[in-house]
Amino acid sequence: MTTTSAFESVIGEFDPIIGLETHIELGTNSKMFCSCSAEFGGDPNTHVCPVCLGLPGSMPVVNRAAVESTIRMGLALNCSIASWCRFARKNYFYPDMPKDYQISQYDEPLCFDGYLDVTVVTDDGPQIFRVEIERVHMEEDTGKLTHAGGAGRIHGATHSLVDYNRAGIPLIEVVTKPITGTGRYAPEVAKAYVAELRDLMRALGVSDVRMEEGSLRCDVNVSLSRDGEPWGTRTETKNVNSLRSVERAVRSEMLRQADQLRSGERIIQETRHFHEETGDTTSGRSKEQAEDYRYFPEPDLVPVAPSAEWIEQLRTTLPEVPSVRRVRLRDSWGISDFEMQSLVNAGALNLIESTINAGVSEQAARKWWTGEFSRIAKERDCELEDLSVTPADILEVEILIASGDLTDKIARTVFEGVLAGDGSVTAVIDARGLKVVSDDGALLAAIEQALAEQPDVAEKIKSGKIQAAGAIVGAVMKLTKGQADAAKVRALLFEQLGVTE
Amino acid sequence: MSDASLNSDLVRQSAATLATAIARGEVSSEQVTQAHLDRIAEVDGQVNAFLFVDPEASLARAREVDAQISSGIIASPLAGVPIALKDLLATRGVPTTCGSKILEGWIPPYNATIVERLESAGVVSLGKTNMDEFAMGSSTENSGYGPTHNPWDLERIPGGSGGGSAAAIASFEAPLAIGTDTGGSIRQPAAVTGTVGVKPTYGGVSRYGIVALASSLDQAGPCARSVMDTALLHSIIAGHDPRDSTSINAPVPDVIAAAKSGDVRGMRIGVIKQLQGEGFQSGVISQFNAALEILAGLGAEIVEVSCEHFQYALGAYYLILPSEASSNLARFDGMRFGIRVGDDGQHSVEQVMSATREAGFGAEVKRRIMLGTYALSSGYYDAYYGQAQKIRTLITRDFEAAFAQVDVLVSPTAPTTAFKLGAKVNDPLAMYLNDIATIPVNLAGNCAMSLPAGLAPEDGLPVGFQIIAPAMADDRLYKVGSALEAALVDKWGGLLIDEVPSL
Amino acid sequence: MHLGRLARLELTESEVDHYTEQLGQILGAIEAISDVAADDIPPTSHPIPVVNVYREDVALPGLDREDFAVGAPAWEDDRFLVPRILDEPA
Ligand SMILES: [Mg+2]
Ligand SMILES: [Zn+2]
Repeated sequence: MTTTSAFESVIGEFDPIIGLETHIELGTNSKMFCSCSAEFGGDPNTHVCPVCLGLPGSMPVVNRAAVESTIRMGLALNCSIASWCRFARKNYFYPDMPKDYQISQYDEPLCFDGYLDVTVVTDDGPQIFRVEIERVHMEEDTGKLTHAGGAGRIHGATHSLVDYNRAGIPLIEVVTKPITGTGRYAPEVAKAYVAELRDLMRALGVSDVRMEEGSLRCDVNVSLSRDGEPWGTRTETKNVNSLRSVERAVRSEMLRQADQLRSGERIIQETRHFHEETGDTTSGRSKEQAEDYRYFPEPDLVPVAPSAEWIEQLRTTLPEVPSVRRVRLRDSWGISDFEMQSLVNAGALNLIESTINAGVSEQAARKWWTGEFSRIAKERDCELEDLSVTPADILEVEILIASGDLTDKIARTVFEGVLAGDGSVTAVIDARGLKVVSDDGALLAAIEQALAEQPDVAEKIKSGKIQAAGAIVGAVMKLTKGQADAAKVRALLFEQLGVTE
Repeated sequence: MSDASLNSDLVRQSAATLATAIARGEVSSEQVTQAHLDRIAEVDGQVNAFLFVDPEASLARAREVDAQISSGIIASPLAGVPIALKDLLATRGVPTTCGSKILEGWIPPYNATIVERLESAGVVSLGKTNMDEFAMGSSTENSGYGPTHNPWDLERIPGGSGGGSAAAIASFEAPLAIGTDTGGSIRQPAAVTGTVGVKPTYGGVSRYGIVALASSLDQAGPCARSVMDTALLHSIIAGHDPRDSTSINAPVPDVIAAAKSGDVRGMRIGVIKQLQGEGFQSGVISQFNAALEILAGLGAEIVEVSCEHFQYALGAYYLILPSEASSNLARFDGMRFGIRVGDDGQHSVEQVMSATREAGFGAEVKRRIMLGTYALSSGYYDAYYGQAQKIRTLITRDFEAAFAQVDVLVSPTAPTTAFKLGAKVNDPLAMYLNDIATIPVNLAGNCAMSLPAGLAPEDGLPVGFQIIAPAMADDRLYKVGSALEAALVDKWGGLLIDEVPSL
Repeated sequence: MHLGRLARLELTESEVDHYTEQLGQILGAIEAISDVAADDIPPTSHPIPVVNVYREDVALPGLDREDFAVGAPAWEDDRFLVPRILDEPA
């Protein structure tokens, strides 16, 4: 982690206080209050009905799955679950909001008072920061505005077009209490928290959290205080939509506020916009003339009053939480806490695990993701998961390395080609003139032998655990002294076992 | 019998009689529908009860029902009977204005649940009826399309907000109508037009597709000229609807059986102390008392009951209603449906929304939106909206205590008979007092009926008698109502509506 | 007038005066309720005490675009056309 000296001097003088409000779209089949499809995209205004268009007379009905997802998320975040709570109307006029109010929750959130522990690598090794959760509640998303006549921006636009397909998609909003005591690690804690939240949602299966589709949106609150003085005025940077941006937004806002305070100016309570290109924030609407939302209990919906039995039943459906899973993987892979935390912070954990599941050795999987791929991601200023390389690609290359058909160095060139969009592993190898031998008869014999040697693996594959195929493919590669085409072996193996991939 | 006399005969029949004749093939739904369309053509120029009629569509539908009936399918006890729909119900393909200019030309792409139920019951829509804009008013003078006139005296108001529905029935333009009642908009028009109207238990009839005024108070209900016709319509529109989360998922009380029984022997009837005396017209009180005597003569026990907090009902109502309305009416912003004003490519979305609402809404709607916006705004919520909701609790408790002593409660429906058009348009507070006796029921969510008690001696205009029952005991309204009605029919030799002057 | 802006009503000056006076009268008349209910009286937001009403998470087809596009005040590229969002001119 690079820390500029400017940042160091901010830390010397101020304590940051951060807070995060995160909106995540739930992965339900239908919308929050109507039966329209909640699928991403679709032709404009094709996933709409009287309810999500806000037509006069229409009425909302709550999606049970959305309530259950929110309760499960609350339980995973160690929250208390309200025994009785209501939806509220948040009233304000905006053309992307069909009813000119949003159905949300106000002073009666479904889940409240929880926490999430996040680990950040500090100069003294990995350190746990407890992020306290104020509330988790349900609400609905708005429609999508496209601005016309102003280079696609709201500024200078002559008019806008509205697609209500997204209006009414269930959202879960997770709000932290003010996070103090993070000092120089405030940006990393913010990022680690959002990453952890994302992993939790995925582990729970309540959302895929497709960040590139804007299904996770963060509002980042930052204020500074001098030692022993009360907290300063906070700013709220809106719609920060990637992990890296969360970190950068906190950092740049700390720097900006420190500059401002040092020159004797006061911080204005306002919303700010984050700019991906520069990493800066700029002033938005001043909160001093804040909207008066005129919240009141939603009379068209009855209270949500989950019984203790319902909550306990939902508790039994919670999967292994990410922190427990990390301990398990750390032990199974035999690595240190520090190494594990580096993998997590790099966003490599899931990728490594699925690469191992594809049949690659633990060591090789870690090596590729934390080495070559991390370097390329950094160069491209993107997340590891955004790279277009798959576990199957890595397996294919690993097998070729094991068979001596590729050297480690050439393998890197192969991946460079794959990541540059030059085609599949095979296509890139072909383009570089690498000849891979294939002979169905000899291969089938080798597959039979490998299956006979590992009957338990054969059973696993037949029962549908196709990731176990890696062990057989590896054995075949050994038997054929690396002369075989891994993809071909895989295909023949599945054919042999009558399994479809 | 000439065509003209056949028609005039048909329009004066009860819905029950018409349904029986249609089911037996003695008359067709098409003939009955045509007779009512003719009557509308003849008198609606004077009454202005209808905002929209589509004779061809109504007749086509009537012929479909006739075909069904001749093939042996009788969809309901009202199959083939025509009905008038308050223009607050979303009707697919049929203009729906809510009496407002802001919705001029709007054609909903979907049907309200009530409309679907009526269609599958074979009830034939004649069209949409006039109303105070967005149901805000007690005289139908707040309509963006001109006032409706009371058939008893065309110079007088037909009540509101459902004045169009009540006047359509009272002038024999339709045997049945749908109204909605947020603070008395079914019962008060029934009272001043000499007809019958019921506000069912909140959640008893689906609100889906009814353009909302105040969601926690609104309830649609049946309007007709007799208690039995009201019960028949009630049983068709009531019942659980999964599209309305506040709809009650329980069997509908057997209102038809109750209307047939008409027996009040041994029933305890409570007279609400707070809803008589000061502010009530003398003829209203005298006709109310005469009806009480009849009920006592039929074997009911009459007791006086005090509901201490009813005096605060009007205040609570005029905070809760505008608050919810200010939010419900926000969507009328000229962006997705309805009219748009001031969009010249130069003005911003905020300016266009504001100009559209300024031009599209009438004075009473704007007044209530402002009042509601104020009552919900930060710093005032607790003192106004919050306090009003507590009054609501106290009124509900008053009802609970009263119903621990009596089976039903009674009062005059409205403090006066129909007043002159224009008499109260510039005095909102005086107008609001019309609903003083009907509002407590909406706040507590239970049910009530208004039926004619007689004519006030001083002006010869109808007086309404209100019966109030606990939530989900709608059948008690019909039991008491049919007993009183039968006794009055005996006394008068017919229904009160038979006395209405011919137009 | 702040309320007019909050409610998106572009009121004329005489309307503002008129409404201010009438709202004052109405609020005065309902002032009586302000100290009736004690703190321990729970507010009623829903007249009938029903809880937990849900629908199952099943996606169903909605409206055909043609059905509501015809009613839109302005329509372009299969979407609702709305005036520019920001107040300053383009
Ligand atoms: Mg929110
Ligand atoms: Zn929808």
